[in-house]
Amino acid sequence: MGKVLALKGLSKRFGSVQANEAIDLDLNKGEVLALLGENGSGKTTLMNMLFGHYLPDTGSIDVADRQGSLQPLTLGHPQISLTKGIGMVHQHFTLAENLNALDNIVLGTEPLISFKRNTGSALKKLEKIMHETGLFAPLDVSVGKLSVGERQRIEILKALYRDVRILVLDEPTAVLTPQEADDLFDNINTMAKSGLSVIFISHKLREVLSFSQRIVVLRQGKKVGELVTNKTNESEIAHLMVGGGVKSAERETCTPGKAVLQLNQVSITGRSKRDSLFDQSLEARAHEILGIAGVSGNGQAALASLIAGLEVPENGSILIDSSEIEKPTPKKMIGAGVGRIPEDRHHEGIIGTMNLADNLIIEKLDDQEIQNFGILKRSKIKTNAAHLCKSYDVRGPGVDAEARLFSGGNIQKMILARVFEQNPKLILANQPTRGLDMGASAEVRRRLLDARKNGAAILLISEDLDEVLALSDRILVMHDGNLIPAETRDRAQIGLLMAGTAA
Amino acid sequence: MIDILNILLSESFWAASLRIASPLIFGVLGALLCERAGVLNLGIEGIFVAGAMAGWMAVWLGAGLWGGVFFAMLAGAALGLIHGILTVPLGLSQHVSGLGVTLFATSLSYFVYRTSLPAVSSPPRIEPFRALDIPILSDLPFVGPVLFQQTALTWLALLLVAVIWYVMNRTPLGSALRAVGDNPDSVDAQGLSVYALRIGAVVAGSSLMALGGAFLTMSAFDAFFFGMVNGRGWICIALVIFASWQPGKALLGAMLFGAFDALQVRLQTEVGALVPGQIFLMAPYLLSILALVIAARRADYPRALLTPWFKGQR
Amino acid sequence: MRIEPRSKVSKTLIISVPILSSFAALLIAAIPISFAGANILQAYQEMFFGVFGSVFSFSEMLTRATPLIFTGLAAALAFRARLWNIGAEGQLYLGALLSVVVGTGYFDLPPLLLTPVIILCGAMAGAVGMAVPTFLKVRFGADEVVTTLLLNFVILIFIQMMLEGALKDPMGLGWPQSSPIVEEAMLPKLLPRMRVHSGLILAIVCAVVVHFMLSRTVWGFRVRAVGENAVAAKYAGIPVHRSLFMVAIFSGALAGLAGVSEVAGLKGYLTADLSPGFGYTGIVVAMLAGLSPLGVVLAAIFIASVFVGADSMSRAMGVSSYLADLVVALSLLSVLVGGFATRFRIVWSKRQPGDNG
Repeated sequence: MGKVLALKGLSKRFGSVQANEAIDLDLNKGEVLALLGENGSGKTTLMNMLFGHYLPDTGSIDVADRQGSLQPLTLGHPQISLTKGIGMVHQHFTLAENLNALDNIVLGTEPLISFKRNTGSALKKLEKIMHETGLFAPLDVSVGKLSVGERQRIEILKALYRDVRILVLDEPTAVLTPQEADDLFDNINTMAKSGLSVIFISHKLREVLSFSQRIVVLRQGKKVGELVTNKTNESEIAHLMVGGGVKSAERETCTPGKAVLQLNQVSITGRSKRDSLFDQSLEARAHEILGIAGVSGNGQAALASLIAGLEVPENGSILIDSSEIEKPTPKKMIGAGVGRIPEDRHHEGIIGTMNLADNLIIEKLDDQEIQNFGILKRSKIKTNAAHLCKSYDVRGPGVDAEARLFSGGNIQKMILARVFEQNPKLILANQPTRGLDMGASAEVRRRLLDARKNGAAILLISEDLDEVLALSDRILVMHDGNLIPAETRDRAQIGLLMAGTAA
Repeated sequence: MIDILNILLSESFWAASLRIASPLIFGVLGALLCERAGVLNLGIEGIFVAGAMAGWMAVWLGAGLWGGVFFAMLAGAALGLIHGILTVPLGLSQHVSGLGVTLFATSLSYFVYRTSLPAVSSPPRIEPFRALDIPILSDLPFVGPVLFQQTALTWLALLLVAVIWYVMNRTPLGSALRAVGDNPDSVDAQGLSVYALRIGAVVAGSSLMALGGAFLTMSAFDAFFFGMVNGRGWICIALVIFASWQPGKALLGAMLFGAFDALQVRLQTEVGALVPGQIFLMAPYLLSILALVIAARRADYPRALLTPWFKGQR
Repeated sequence: MRIEPRSKVSKTLIISVPILSSFAALLIAAIPISFAGANILQAYQEMFFGVFGSVFSFSEMLTRATPLIFTGLAAALAFRARLWNIGAEGQLYLGALLSVVVGTGYFDLPPLLLTPVIILCGAMAGAVGMAVPTFLKVRFGADEVVTTLLLNFVILIFIQMMLEGALKDPMGLGWPQSSPIVEEAMLPKLLPRMRVHSGLILAIVCAVVVHFMLSRTVWGFRVRAVGENAVAAKYAGIPVHRSLFMVAIFSGALAGLAGVSEVAGLKGYLTADLSPGFGYTGIVVAMLAGLSPLGVVLAAIFIASVFVGADSMSRAMGVSSYLADLVVALSLLSVLVGGFATRFRIVWSKRQPGDNG
């Protein structure tokens, strides 16, 4: 097996952050390599340099040409990387939803100024690829109407259509059910056997161990390990990835108290099944974490909007502490003692161009503590903010700085401060650790467990099944707008429920 | 009621409708191109003025009618380039930049007109486009008089509807333009230039808008007046939403609008004594607002409309 | 070359950009001046002394600035909430219309009461003028840019209709103009034999009040939050639609006051050419001011100087006074580009910006 790719001494610095430092990496023909590391360890930066999105500060890249001999790659030009046979499937899909799959795939592969598209030959080539790899997707439907899994297959087909010899997949399973993920890796293996070289970026130890041949581990921008998959084990790579620093939170036993949140047969009809809720009931009790597992896009958004007060249910009722909330609004929910940690913290959670202190008071503008007859108490707001930053360990350029200047982890801690400061009875935690590094994630989990100990009910919505399993007292699985109680804590069993295929 | 029916069945009514619709067809198609690529172009009103002025002045200076068309489009393209550079690579507010282009184009046109023709009491006139009279065909009943009373520019407008429909739906360029207005990353990831596509669309769209203005001075009238565009550009911005960014529906919307406008002029002569004339003058604007109110919620906006995109940030 | 967002925006830049942009626009005006065949230096001289040459010319400039402060505030306040009120022109006329209706003696009120009633009515009319498109936006999703722009035309035609009909001055020798406002109701003049009137004081008071409301009150906090991130504002329990309506009402009222001040402070009666585009120019004023209410006062003075100076230069040298509109448009475009410079910087190297993930 010949080498198809050699990264040599790649370094990249963004401002004060050394994103990558002198990284070497080789890839062989037909190999599946896992690039493992936690959020912020520099995986995506490295691959973006390979793909030409970023120009490295130092280092070089050699890529095999069609004959298999290594040639230096001109750096910093995605177009050149594409023509040298490097394809990348981004975590956020780069598909135009108003075009069908075929047009998306063909886009940019033929001259723009032409009287017609050569759909015939493209279709023939794609059908051949689909049969060889087992990646099937409808080609003549607007991408906007397709499922996440189908879109991902189209992304991969897009790369294969360009005859890539090296395929990079960035966190490919983040949006898939465990079974879909298994299918994807089956397809990847088929492709690798026919000579394609694959790098997949992941932070999930389980899939890295099951589906790669070799593992490269990054930590804080440096390569800290290179292992052959069948000669290593979970604890070894976990240790390499984290550096042994972070302890997982201790979960004490608690006896659940009375029901804090009750949903009785509520329905929300969204634009599709995926953001709807059908006649669902649930109960979350004090001293309890109720985990909602499921692939995102199965109604979690509707459930979260409902509890955040953004949606009014078409029928059914919501009760907090046994009293019904009629026509819920965010204000009523906050008033009833619901703390909400939003899914998209940058978009829903903060106003990036307002300062941190202002972001901390945004949910309690009517409170006499911060205003007098409608006039803001500026100095009080500032000292409160400084105090909260200290007790919740929010670090950054200061309470007067715009919130957008803080890192994701610190923004999340700011939101935690805002929420926990009000001693909520119920906490909606929607994807609370998504995109955070392990330190910040552990902090978030510790705070949630503390709140549980102090008597709050917590509704944890997460697509990270490991997180749900680690934190929850009870688990519901969400699929197509329905909530199904998980009888066991068995991954496979829950996976089947997530896919909607269990009896 | 019979009167309205008589009007609707008359050839002259439909001929007038098509004439009134022509500048709007250019304008809506221009706005459609810009917005499909993700850029709102509120420069349209000023670009109409500039097109009207540039086309007229070129003819007046002896460039010939098609020379006038060329210079009008050139003026539109130049203004579109300003808007394109400000909103695409610099990513500045499309609203404010567009209004700035409108103010700039209008004041520049007026200044140049005033400076070139300092003190004339009645505006100088040019020989405008004549109706294309094709023997035999123009003798056809009904269709003949409606179509063959129109000038070459109206024919060009109708032709452009078909051309733009074809380009948008049947060519690789059209796919790329639709994609860049939906998700610029999709275009970037395939190695195409988001900036070039968007600026190109704005420049092309703006030159079509300028043609709409040129129609006013070179086909509908034969001179340039201050205030002659009179909100036609804004009406096009409302119509393009009504048309859901489809060329065919754009033609339909412009025609409906032209028909309504032609109808109100005729009704005015019939019931003019009973109602103040201004009621009829307001009608086109109120109609546009109504069209917007009806269409807005159902409209399938290009997803990336108004959203700037920067290279290397995703 | 690449574009990088600045992590911190410096105060000096924020203040210097509009000033530099204004001067850039004035400098670019040399091209059209020389196109018109005039001596450039002499033209600038005429413009300068046309404003600062005498107390009278300076007072004329302040008279011109008065409606621009109102319309500039209307735009600045609305834009802060990302409500695109391009309809200040129409709202100005609505304000003027209602102040003429109540001010010409249809209502028998004591003079002491009449002035405040006129002001209040004018503000209310403007407020209604912006509340309607805001309702169409909130209820039907109709883009307020287009509706306010189109309503400007509707309102102007409506004014013409009124001036040729119900409100036509029987003593007006057939001109389409309204009856004059009763003498006692007029806003007092500030200086003898000059046209500058107390509308200017009202405008400056409004600027201070809007500044205070935006920066110090919960109301202003909500408005800014809605403008800067409506999704997060809604999530945090801020009533987005109600805030938008409040902004619409205040913004429309400010534009209405521009009409009141022109009619009751200056002209005395209403004509259909009361405003030479004060509503649209107000947008430029607001942008030059960086949407800061106090900045609006300064920006309005700059723009008014351009207009008055260009008028005077035009009379003396025969260069078309459309030059002033051209300078105004150019200052909008240059402050826009300048605003880019405050938020981003251009780095002349091939490194790419990005996240570290």
